[in-house]
Amino acid sequence: MRATVLAALAIAAVVPLVTAGLGGGEFYLGFATRIVIFAIAATSLNLILGYGGLVSLGHAAFFGLAAYGVGILAAHGVDTAAIQWPVALAACAVFAAVTGLVVLRTSGIYFIMITLAFAQMLYFLFVSLRQYGGDDGLTIATRSRLGPIDLGEPVVLYYLSVLCLVGSLWFCHRLVASRFGMVIRGARTNTRRMAALGFPVFRYQLVAFVLAGVMCGVAGILQANLTQFVSPSYMAWARSGELIVMVVLGGMGTLFGPVLGAAALLILEEVLADWTVHWMLYLGPIIVLIVLFAKRGLIGLFDRRSPPPAGGHHG
Amino acid sequence: MLELLVSQALNGIQLGVLLFLMAAGLTLVLGIMNVVNLAHGSLYMVGAYLAAQMTAVTGSFLLALPMAVLATLVLGLVLEVATLRTLYQRDHLDQVLLTFGLILFFNEVVRVIWGPTALFVPVPEALDQELEFLDGEIIYPAYRLAIIAVGLAVAAFLFWLIARTRVGMLIRAGAANRDMVAALGVDIVRLNTLVFGLGAGLAGLAGVMAAPILAVESGMGDGILILTFVVIVIGGIGSIRGALVAAVLIGVVDTMGRSLLPMILRELVDRQLASAIGPAVASMLIYILMAVVLTLRPQGLFPARTG
Amino acid sequence: MAEPLLEVRSLRKRFGGLTATDDVSLRLHEGELLAIIGPNGAGKTTLIAQLQGELRPDSGAILLSGAEITHLSPPERAHRGVARSFQITSIFPDFTALENVAMAVQAHAGHSFRFFRPAASEPELVEPAAAALARVGLAQRAAVPAQALAHGEKRQLELAMALAAKPKVMLLDEPMAGMGRLESERMVALLDSLKRDVSILLIEHDMDAVFALADRIAVLVYGRIIATGSADQIRRDPAVREAYLGEGHG
Repeated sequence: MRATVLAALAIAAVVPLVTAGLGGGEFYLGFATRIVIFAIAATSLNLILGYGGLVSLGHAAFFGLAAYGVGILAAHGVDTAAIQWPVALAACAVFAAVTGLVVLRTSGIYFIMITLAFAQMLYFLFVSLRQYGGDDGLTIATRSRLGPIDLGEPVVLYYLSVLCLVGSLWFCHRLVASRFGMVIRGARTNTRRMAALGFPVFRYQLVAFVLAGVMCGVAGILQANLTQFVSPSYMAWARSGELIVMVVLGGMGTLFGPVLGAAALLILEEVLADWTVHWMLYLGPIIVLIVLFAKRGLIGLFDRRSPPPAGGHHG
Repeated sequence: MLELLVSQALNGIQLGVLLFLMAAGLTLVLGIMNVVNLAHGSLYMVGAYLAAQMTAVTGSFLLALPMAVLATLVLGLVLEVATLRTLYQRDHLDQVLLTFGLILFFNEVVRVIWGPTALFVPVPEALDQELEFLDGEIIYPAYRLAIIAVGLAVAAFLFWLIARTRVGMLIRAGAANRDMVAALGVDIVRLNTLVFGLGAGLAGLAGVMAAPILAVESGMGDGILILTFVVIVIGGIGSIRGALVAAVLIGVVDTMGRSLLPMILRELVDRQLASAIGPAVASMLIYILMAVVLTLRPQGLFPARTG
Repeated sequence: MAEPLLEVRSLRKRFGGLTATDDVSLRLHEGELLAIIGPNGAGKTTLIAQLQGELRPDSGAILLSGAEITHLSPPERAHRGVARSFQITSIFPDFTALENVAMAVQAHAGHSFRFFRPAASEPELVEPAAAALARVGLAQRAAVPAQALAHGEKRQLELAMALAAKPKVMLLDEPMAGMGRLESERMVALLDSLKRDVSILLIEHDMDAVFALADRIAVLVYGRIIATGSADQIRRDPAVREAYLGEGHG
């Protein structure tokens, strides 16, 4: 485990050197940053999906909401990170808490459909906000100002993203073994038993939902700074679907699975898109095959001892 | 003012009718098999594309309609047998992923076959006119009225099917308590295939009828799918009556909200503020409605399931 | 007579046309083991579910140490000292045996909004869990994932989870279901050793076990209690023999 972590960190550290050596280094470094950002988003989803068994089909809402937080404040001339980022994350926390109050009272198919519906509500909300670009999206003129750190420098943004990913993973790692994590994991396999033991499961799931939303918001903030652009498509339901694919493809309920999954899916998309404009024609069936035959995810290839995939969603 | 109110209400009902066609089949499948099917919107899209294609070939929309509906129904049956059926025993996450993959596939297939630009289907000639009511006070397109009529006719047929036939009784019982029906020796898998095919045909019908009033394009089924979910959640999984009431409710609230809410707000608050937040609030209206219904009645307005 | 620990007054529950619980009144005293027997479909599990809070009765009252708990949720009742084991084994299959029991301890060791310290490193969770495991004879199996345990061991684990909460009342729903002769005997010995420390309401089909363990027995038929008494009284009761023992026992 320790060796794997060190190796992964070493790889992450040298990526800018390698991409600098390639032609079009800017592109590859930007791509690497995108992978890291989506790895954070997938890790946050894994917290509630992989460990908590909550099949949220609206997780990209937090990604887009935080990105809009950065974009809208920037449009009003507020570009210091000290204000932008807390506001963006607070917006995610509030949205998660309010929608969580409704969705977490449901389970199964209802939960899936309602998380999807609330994300779509946010999507249409931003489509209707013409003053912030509506459907066309909002260009962010200036990146967040973070003291002496210049996020306009691609290498800096890359390393900041890696730092955030490491922080997210460390947080997850501690969380899932803690008392709180045990409650969340217990509720995944047996909600009924948890209630009989004396846990008011709803409260814990609500806090987990908020934590995951905020963590996904971190990814959204980074993405806004990477692309200097935000549009409703950031929170389109297909994005939420992709996040689920990343988690499952990598290995749900494992610490590093979502990171692998994010990298694998984005690289696969890039390769397919390079080869044909109709890349989704192939991606769709590939996802279907993953469901049918490779539920343990990529992480299963590396670690034969990792636990079998999570059982059904009991609710 | 009256004209606006009436025509917006009719537009709302017309959207509601399309939503009902989408929701009717899906809610039964959800109720009987407890299976999530995101690809239901793809069937709607395929129905619309087939209508465009067959109208172009035959030159007659009215001829294209039954052909397209039938073809979508068959496609639905193939889908059910080839993919979804393998997933009934699996968890919801697998169903989400599988049908998500199917959506990506179908959205791309139509681009490959019909190209990336939207297709337009002419309104059938006989219905391509405006009807006048109340001495010309209210003018409304005949085709949209025809959609409402067809939708209500289908609703009546479904109520008859569910309430008066043996198959309908099994469907009702299956939605209420699947295990009991299985224990009675009914082939629940075949029953579901039947319902799935029916649902696919209805989704196709919705797509066909929407084709002359909407742009037929890739991804057109995604938005209506989510609205359909809202309808099913509000109406209660497995309930046809709930689907009808909720579909019309959602259709009317959404349509009226978008046109009336900004106007009402303009009376109440500053004009500039109103034009800023009016559309925003209107776009969220149905989801807020859903949240309220769920808070008051977690199982929807007409819960079908008992066990 | 001392105030009963658990008292049930005129409990009623109907499902559509079926009366699952029909005017049931019960008293369970401190340190007592009350067995509820009855044919399948008599409404035994439905009764337990109402005592634990998973089902709400239509009318009637449930009192714990004189305080009404009829309208409390299952977690709230658990905190007041009501523990339940399930008829169909209900454990956390991915967790080890020790983790399963530690979950039960954790439920009663303050709130669980603690995000950083590994639960496995908290002695106040692990030590009582290990003790409960030892009590049911599973000390050697602590590190085994629960799904890998034998059926009888899972039933023991389930009991350890109920025990670890240090409950006042344990509601045990057929703890011996599906057990072999030897396993059953061990479970009887185990329950026998527990019953001084905790009051137990036991549902069981194994009549030998019931007659060996129960201080009193109540017979539930079609949602009604038709007789209550000592093992001898129940054996001799003609109504019971007709309704139940005549066909079920032998």
